[in-house]
Amino acid sequence: MTVQTEIRSAPHIKGPRSVEQIMANVVYSLLPVCAFFVYQYGISAAASILVVTASCLLAERAFVRTGTQAGSLSDFSATITGLLLALTLPPGFPLWMGVVAGFSAIALGKALFGGIGFNVFNPALVGRAFVQAAFPAAIATYTPSFLPGRFTQFIPSSLAWPLMAPADTAAWLKAMHFDALASATPLAKWKFEGTLTAAGDLLTSLAGHMAVGPSPVLILVCGAYLALRRFMDWRIPAAVLGSAGLTAWLIFAVGGTKYPDPFFMLFSGGLILGAVYMATDMATSPVTPRGMWVYGGLIGVLTVVIRYYSGLPEGVMYAILIGNAATPLIERITQPTPFGKGASIRARKSASYTLHPDYISREEAGAKTPKKRFFKNKPKQ
Amino acid sequence: MSEIAQARTFDEFMEGIWRQNPVFVMVLGMCPVLAVSVSAVNALSMGLATMFVLVCSCGLVSLIRKIVPKEVRIATYIVIIATFVTVVDYVIQAVSLEIYEALGAFIQLIVVNCIILGRAEAHASKHPPLTAMVNAMGMSIGFVIGLFALGAVREVLGAGTLFGFSLFGPNFQPWVVMVLPPGGFIVLGGWLLLFSALKRRKEVRLAAQGGGHGA
Repeated sequence: MTVQTEIRSAPHIKGPRSVEQIMANVVYSLLPVCAFFVYQYGISAAASILVVTASCLLAERAFVRTGTQAGSLSDFSATITGLLLALTLPPGFPLWMGVVAGFSAIALGKALFGGIGFNVFNPALVGRAFVQAAFPAAIATYTPSFLPGRFTQFIPSSLAWPLMAPADTAAWLKAMHFDALASATPLAKWKFEGTLTAAGDLLTSLAGHMAVGPSPVLILVCGAYLALRRFMDWRIPAAVLGSAGLTAWLIFAVGGTKYPDPFFMLFSGGLILGAVYMATDMATSPVTPRGMWVYGGLIGVLTVVIRYYSGLPEGVMYAILIGNAATPLIERITQPTPFGKGASIRARKSASYTLHPDYISREEAGAKTPKKRFFKNKPKQ
Repeated sequence: MSEIAQARTFDEFMEGIWRQNPVFVMVLGMCPVLAVSVSAVNALSMGLATMFVLVCSCGLVSLIRKIVPKEVRIATYIVIIATFVTVVDYVIQAVSLEIYEALGAFIQLIVVNCIILGRAEAHASKHPPLTAMVNAMGMSIGFVIGLFALGAVREVLGAGTLFGFSLFGPNFQPWVVMVLPPGGFIVLGGWLLLFSALKRRKEVRLAAQGGGHGA
């Protein structure tokens, strides 16, 4: 029996970590968030998650089959895209539009660039940006959470026929004795009505009849699991939330009552979900530690600026997409210095250390410097 | 006309429609293609205007190809093209003010359309008038097809209509993005994808046949 010896270059220690494993863990950590979303909004949310994820997977399969794409269905990346996309859409988003969103997420966000690992922008956000541009009315139509009978009855706009306009949810809500304001998101309420929702209510999302996404606390807990198991770098969410909070706090401190307090800014809208799950997408965020801080900081500042000074109530999506676009530049300016180069070499020159007592320098030994010859091939005289 | 000459004329004609389609293969003249293809009517009228200018100016350029000095040929082409564009400009204005306003500056901009200048320089200045006009006709039909393909998709998805006729009833949900500039780029990208997929499939088939037919 012969023993086969394989000789290879470094690295020699094989870790069990693979793309599939990382992606699968992200999916596991997303499942509680999705479950909470379904608990909030009932079967409409469940149908939305299923349909969007299925359309992402189908699109991925179609493009992978062409043979020009990296990746495969089993690496879970399209599943993540689908779940995240569904979580960013309103629960009553028409299902056929969800199919459009899922397909365009994979087609425009991923397949266009060559598949997994090659995408410049976060696919889920590309899909959302597409449907935001295509169906601006439907994507702004939210419904309050914890409606009675949400597990037996679809939100009427979900079941719109393909290509047809969704049913009016305002009339449906009125029949259930909800006013129109109940279905506005906290950010839209603040921006257009001037009313502020308590940050504590936003943090848990458990208070009834608010148009909010899954609970930020839950997302942070699930994100902490990923960060602790090193499936995600903690620097990016920390930088995003830190810079968004700091910017909001500065504006709040200077501008005063005109602006909401920083906690409202942090816990409203999709900032936590974006910071934890979307900005941290490995293919579209910087790999350098300093670059992660710059990238997260940029996203945080942009989010607050878009929320305050643009016509849109929410700006996380565009902030992250801009951050993705800036990623190659950020990586270029934040390249870490290799060991032995740069600052450390200067430090060594300026440092003084005692020589070995036995050391005799060339000058002391009376050595002569060899004569320099300018003409190498000059014949000797 | 001999059979070979007939086949060659047909080849000249088909070149612009399929093998050298200005929109889908050469990707020329993208400015009007993206800008006016919001609706099928706009796209079709833009295509027809371009067709008139292209055929007439190619004929004229070909007629005077031997007396134009090489140094001033581009200026001469521009003057010729501009003349026909002025004609088209006035005709459209007279026929339908609505279309004229929808097309806007892009009628005047036909002057600098690179398909027309490219045909005048690359083909009409080297071929007799009839061949040049047949080739220009094929090219402009190819251009009309390209414009119409974009305009139809954008109008159907963006407004639910085709040539102004409602296709899906009053309850249609328009895709706002399709009538905006990004919609033009996305639809064009979709068509280019389709054409390159067809091309690749053809190449694979040819390779399977033993690499015949030249390349």
